Amino acid sequence: MLRFIVRRLLQAIPTLFILSLLVFAWFRALPGGPASAMLGERATPQRIAELNEQMGLNDPIPLQYVNFLGRMLTGDFGTSTITGDSVLTEIGRHFPATIELAFAALFLAVAFGIPFGYLAARYRGSLFDTGIVVSTLVGVAVPVFFLGFLLKYVFSTQLSLLPPSGRQDVDIDATSVTGFATLDGLLTGEFDATINALQHLALPAIALATIPFAVIVRITRASVLDVLNEDFVRTAESKGLTAQVVRTRHVLRNALLPVATTIGLQTGLLLAGAVLTEKVFVWRGLGFLLAQGIEQRDYPRLQALILLAAVVYVVVNLLVDISYAIIDPRVRVS
Amino acid sequence: MQVLLDRKKRRIDKLAAAGEGGTSLAKDALKRMMRNPVAVVGLVIVALFVLLAAFAPWLTPKDPYKPYPELLENLTVTHIPGSMPGFVLGSDADGFDFFSRLLIASQQTLIVAVLATLFGLLLGLIIGGLAGALGGWVDSVLMRLVDVLLSLPALILAVSIAALFARSNQWTVIIAVGMVSVPVFARLLRGAMLAQRESDHVLAATALGVKRSTIVFRHMLPNALGPVIVQATLTLATAILEAASLSYLGLGDQDTFRAEWGLMLAQAQRVFEVKPSLAFFPAGAIIIVALGFTLLGESMREALDPKNRR
Repeated sequence: MLRFIVRRLLQAIPTLFILSLLVFAWFRALPGGPASAMLGERATPQRIAELNEQMGLNDPIPLQYVNFLGRMLTGDFGTSTITGDSVLTEIGRHFPATIELAFAALFLAVAFGIPFGYLAARYRGSLFDTGIVVSTLVGVAVPVFFLGFLLKYVFSTQLSLLPPSGRQDVDIDATSVTGFATLDGLLTGEFDATINALQHLALPAIALATIPFAVIVRITRASVLDVLNEDFVRTAESKGLTAQVVRTRHVLRNALLPVATTIGLQTGLLLAGAVLTEKVFVWRGLGFLLAQGIEQRDYPRLQALILLAAVVYVVVNLLVDISYAIIDPRVRVS
Repeated sequence: MQVLLDRKKRRIDKLAAAGEGGTSLAKDALKRMMRNPVAVVGLVIVALFVLLAAFAPWLTPKDPYKPYPELLENLTVTHIPGSMPGFVLGSDADGFDFFSRLLIASQQTLIVAVLATLFGLLLGLIIGGLAGALGGWVDSVLMRLVDVLLSLPALILAVSIAALFARSNQWTVIIAVGMVSVPVFARLLRGAMLAQRESDHVLAATALGVKRSTIVFRHMLPNALGPVIVQATLTLATAILEAASLSYLGLGDQDTFRAEWGLMLAQAQRVFEVKPSLAFFPAGAIIIVALGFTLLGESMREALDPKNRR
């Protein structure tokens, strides 16, 4: 097992290396060069020259790359041109919001996706199954941000049931402990703050959950159908095991293996999906930072967030691999 | 990392392998598809969309590129005229005939999706072809790069590419969206080339002394066509959605005079409370068309799978 983990960790190194090269090249390739891109309209030849000198852009390229790598490894991503704060500080401040949203969305997607997928497979060909299959196909075709408007329009504007944006009402005056609005209320005993935060969380979480939900339903359904055809299921049935035992111990357990992979894959994608959702609901997380960074061309911030999104994706995939090896011993050997 | 990437790779490689078998498989696949209602629905949607795009200039009841005074005079910050005589769906936020713009937008939507897919296909073809044909260290290096690109979330990749241009326009959207599918096509084509290289008909051609380039273009590429068409069809669906997302993030075509569904949808959010139908119609169009391409692509994939051959 340990050997497997070490091998996987080592395999991630070239990936991260190429990734760092790509991000480095990306920053160098910015329109008019990094300095001019960062200064935007304030760019004068003199200021560009100053900034070039300051950022070490006149050094030989290999040296620049080594310096870049050093900065990235020590968490020095430069300062945001919008707020003037260090990008790392900004990320730290907005990280909890995205984790909270992503966790809620993933919870919804898994909690509803697996049962729906399983039931669709069990009642294959029924009206329920057809309905599920069609709605997951449509679900993937809906632009996420439009779904956001729609939820906001129906539940906030029309029905006034849920707040349209933000993470918490300002006048609720919640104490911040961890940065997770829902958790803080529980820790400090301010339950109204938690309820308020959950109300704010509901719509963005649903919007962000649709695509992972649709994907998880489809994979669960396909995987259960595959397993139902396996010999060991027939064996189990002919042995006289009850349908209940066969379903949970033989079918579901084996069918969930590919589902676990999908969940991992979707977790890695949540950060990317959050860009659109967070913009719609003015949810001040990393996606919001990225969307704002795009609008105002805040390149140091974009560079850090793109790298972060990619690294998170690689790391999540790595974790999935390892957990996969724990669930399924066959993976370890191959 | 590996298991997930492997899954992605396996899916592509499986598709690549499906191309073997020559024309009879294609005929078979076509027959199977026509019996599949899902495929027919997809095909009908796609056909209608293409027809609409082709004939849009003759179908629009009004000039989509000019604001109408009748609409402008009722247009305020809190009110956008709805349906009225001569204007089926009323005005858009700028006093243009919304219905005409909706129809004409099919053109630009199709153009962006097709060009983005072609861009991905062409670059993927070059990279995958080089890797597959040359092998060795070129193959290793190129495929490493492709795998890293493949392991990036699509939207993040598209956004990074789009942000590289000082001003975004339709071409930057096409390049950004197209780049997302480059690694997919590259892997697909390399896989298909490798599978073909070992096949008997290529061996036969080599034995007959056919030129290498002729073998590649006449014997190998045509046989890789099936999986490529499947992937391209699926890519058209995601391209439309990704272009819409880029528009919403402000990285879309800045020429708002041109009508495109994703752009219309992104702009409609500013006036969503005033006239939600400005978002509903382009969104509905995008959903239907994306669904059409997905249904068609998935059923083609199924039909090409030799497992389902009878």
